[in-house]
Amino acid sequence: MTDVYETVENPHFQYVLGLGDDSLILGQRLSECLSKGPALEMDIAVSNLSLDLIGQADLLLGYAGKIEGKGRSADELVNFRDAHDYRCHWLVEQPDRDWGYTICRQFLFSSYQYLLFERLAKLEDKELAEIAAKALKEIAYHRRFSAEWIVRLGQGTEESNLRVQNAINELWRYTGELFETTKWEEALAKEGKAILASDVEAEWVETIDEVFAKAGLSKLDDFYMVYGRHKGHHSEYLGHMLCEMQYLQRAYPGAEW
Amino acid sequence: MNTDWELFEVFIRSKRGLSHKHAGSVHASDARMALENARDLYTRRSEGESLWIVKSNDIIASDPEEGDSLFGPAKDKVYRHPTFYEIPDEVGKM
Repeated sequence: MTDVYETVENPHFQYVLGLGDDSLILGQRLSECLSKGPALEMDIAVSNLSLDLIGQADLLLGYAGKIEGKGRSADELVNFRDAHDYRCHWLVEQPDRDWGYTICRQFLFSSYQYLLFERLAKLEDKELAEIAAKALKEIAYHRRFSAEWIVRLGQGTEESNLRVQNAINELWRYTGELFETTKWEEALAKEGKAILASDVEAEWVETIDEVFAKAGLSKLDDFYMVYGRHKGHHSEYLGHMLCEMQYLQRAYPGAEW
Repeated sequence: MNTDWELFEVFIRSKRGLSHKHAGSVHASDARMALENARDLYTRRSEGESLWIVKSNDIIASDPEEGDSLFGPAKDKVYRHPTFYEIPDEVGKM
């Protein structure tokens, strides 16, 4: 059996697919908050984030389909792949247990996505660079919005501090995977088609430290990390998400409105 | 939680050169959140390029009961409008 960290079939496709899957799954997660936000204003705020992310997924997966060259559209990639063919990080699959989780997941991810897309926007791969440049403006807002909420919850009441700290404690184990890199990504990076996530880790840690210090929150040092996306392993939550997300297209393939 | 949040009024300037217009209100726990909530609620269809947020409590409003004494007297003073001048066509729209 081949080692998926060494080599994969069509690495360029796999790389862009992973970027698109992150935006898609986090967008889907946030869409579940619709009508359940802690206030009407937050409900709309989170829906806006969701729409931004699903818009990114549409462009990224459309491009991935083009690279793959088998005529699969973004919609087909979304609706007719099973969990083990998804390449999203575990972090974005994690459920919204409370507003602390929603905000914490967003902050950890948007801080990472911002640094990554900032570099993707300068890639030699022009098509990906253009998508990244467009998304970067949205992500800058996501990062700002979630960072402010981290501080607000951290400095809010004893209860809000406790809840957001609980979310950090629970989600921290998924942050290691964000910076994992493979041999085939290294090769792609040399060709100007990818950015190594490990290159943004130090700056990400700085951002997190700075905001957590302001919020009176702490990260976990030397905590065990969970990995698996490259092997097609995911948390138990992804399958449930896909069931709901893909139901209509699986029941009525090709349905349109 | 929501009931503890303050009410803010939102003013949007749709484009440079125009003035800010009242668009509605939002609840928020602080000024920064109010600005972001206003952005998310009132500018998602490109309605503007600048926002002003004012605490609703800080707005000093006239009392509708006093409407007659405040605004009534101006009603029969039409001569305050410069509508009696003849404007030459060359001037165009004023």
